[in-house]
Amino acid sequence: MESLDLHKISVRDLNHFLHKEAPAKGVKQVEVLNPDGAHNIAAGMDYATTIDIQGHGGYYVGGMNKHADITVHGNVGWGVAENMMSGSVRVKGFASESAGASGHGGTLIIEGDASLRCGISMKGIDIVVGGNVGNFSCFMAQAGRLVVCGDAGDGLGDSLYEAVIYVKGKIKSLGADARVEEMTDADYAAVKELLDRAGFKHDPKEFKRVASAKTLYNWNADANQEY
Amino acid sequence: MSKKLVLEESAGYNQKVIEYIHRASATGLYEIRGMGAKRHLPSFDDLVFLAGSASRYPLEGYREKCVTKTILGTRFAKKPIELETPITIAGMSFGALSANVKEALGRAATEVGTSTTTGDGGMTPEERQSSKTLVYQCLPSRYGFNPDDLRKADAIELVIGQGAKPGGGGMLLGQKVTQRVAGMRTLPVGVDQRSACRHPDWTGPDDLAIKIQELREITDWEKPIYIKVGATRTFNDVKLAVHAGADVIVVDGMQGGTAATQTVFIEHVGIPTLAALRQAVDALDDMNMRGKVQLIVSGGIRTGADVAKALAMGADAVAIGQGILYSLGCNSATYVKNGEHLSAEAEYAALNTAPGYCHHCQSGKCPVGVTTQDEILEQRLEPLVGAKRVKNYLKTLNMELTTVARACGKSNVHHLEREDLVALTIEAAAMARIPLAGTDWIPGHSRF
Ligand code: SF4
Repeated sequence: MESLDLHKISVRDLNHFLHKEAPAKGVKQVEVLNPDGAHNIAAGMDYATTIDIQGHGGYYVGGMNKHADITVHGNVGWGVAENMMSGSVRVKGFASESAGASGHGGTLIIEGDASLRCGISMKGIDIVVGGNVGNFSCFMAQAGRLVVCGDAGDGLGDSLYEAVIYVKGKIKSLGADARVEEMTDADYAAVKELLDRAGFKHDPKEFKRVASAKTLYNWNADANQEY
Repeated sequence: MSKKLVLEESAGYNQKVIEYIHRASATGLYEIRGMGAKRHLPSFDDLVFLAGSASRYPLEGYREKCVTKTILGTRFAKKPIELETPITIAGMSFGALSANVKEALGRAATEVGTSTTTGDGGMTPEERQSSKTLVYQCLPSRYGFNPDDLRKADAIELVIGQGAKPGGGGMLLGQKVTQRVAGMRTLPVGVDQRSACRHPDWTGPDDLAIKIQELREITDWEKPIYIKVGATRTFNDVKLAVHAGADVIVVDGMQGGTAATQTVFIEHVGIPTLAALRQAVDALDDMNMRGKVQLIVSGGIRTGADVAKALAMGADAVAIGQGILYSLGCNSATYVKNGEHLSAEAEYAALNTAPGYCHHCQSGKCPVGVTTQDEILEQRLEPLVGAKRVKNYLKTLNMELTTVARACGKSNVHHLEREDLVALTIEAAAMARIPLAGTDWIPGHSRF
């Protein structure tokens, strides 16, 4: 295992190591010490390795990740795993705004709460949040799944496309064109599989499904201009 | 004796306004159309050059060299963009344009040594392959945005706004959201796509600075990062973009085009390119960043004269969108098939328009095959024919640019300066802060 200390090297040095040297040397495990909320840690990974960040991360931890499995042993700032393509990011603490924004693939697990706009514009990523999510989560979410084990804030799933949201707790309000739908066997199986992946113990039967009513997919003069 | 018919049109409620109210009343929806502002605006046409004479001497038109080489992104990027000309091709999406057109643009840009730019919808393999220098846009929608294409790009353009619709998101109506377009954008086929107007993972300029750093980290600080703003509060926006760490600023004025947006945006939001350019240059001067951060201006650049004037006012380069579409045959009565000119009049008529008046890119039924995803219509633009036309157009502009520069005594087009220009109208003099021809008067700055 390689151990890199952000008290001794810069984020640029760290990312250079992760992008160039780690794949060249075949490093399979990396530990990042003293992250102290630094931004852009392990952004742009394109290599299958395990990265443990021992503390809090700032903005865009694991941004655009491909292949790597990243664990943050603390909280993170905005845009954790934004535009992730594959691999995984696990946050042991809380995540600030826009977690998993525009993510195409991979799994983002947040053990605590996620703030506003969790899963905004997501395009295929799976996100599992152990706690609550803030307002406008899954705004314009296009594809993928968000599982919320706690409560959801205002405007959940506003202008959703094909993404699906599962919520265990209360939903403060739904956004335009989002609606609660019946859970099917396929939904229960999906929730179980996602909870298992995250290692969270909940009964899938307790989750509700939120998806798009699709009334805003095409221009509609009678839709009261809610869009 | 028959009575004389007296028809007096109202200035406020003219035919156009009446038509607008009737249409709104019938549909309950605003009009959506393509291209740029159609109203009269102060523009580069309102400026002229003071060429060499007795007080300054010109260079020989055909004998003395005039350099057009242009370098963009020298501030932080390890690999700045080197172009043979300051005339670049603006961002236009695959989706708005057909794959044939994207390929044609790449080929033309490569042949003349300039760059072309992706759009809201990602990078197609055809355009990457055909473009030597490709700028990859990062837009609020992030459709098709991915790290592989990011690393394949030569520069990254973070789009905050567009001149045709500052403050508005992209739009692609269902008829253009085909299987391939929808697949690239992760959208359902046929959906009326209305993109976000704000980025999903940052809001203010402080966040933007971190976002730029992230893109630099992902690409190992190799690629220049452009920031594109629609022209509104340009002085402040440019300052904030420079502060956030941009290598290059792109300012898109209100004459800029679009594939589809609300007419109210196109005609009533934003400021003219002329006014925006002066504000952008002032902002760079104010920060002592002229030459360190390069400035690209777009929005209604059509001719070599426009390019020369933009450069004289302080731009390092220009980007052209609509001019390129016209060069491909937009608004032409005919299209070329196997070397033959065939009439497209029936297709214009079907759109309730005529060659010379069309702005129906949003319909997906482009009569000349430029802004369409229709399998039959897109065949009307053959990539090689399109590439040749765009190459000719860009070469002509470059020749006009060097002609004017030489006449002003410059051996490098980047040496054109504000003192080479005067204004023909008071509006242009005030906006560009260039003296009215034959006077020293700059309204608001000096006395007549
Ligand atoms: S001719 Fe085609 S490209 Fe030109 S305005 Fe009409 S639809 Fe748009």
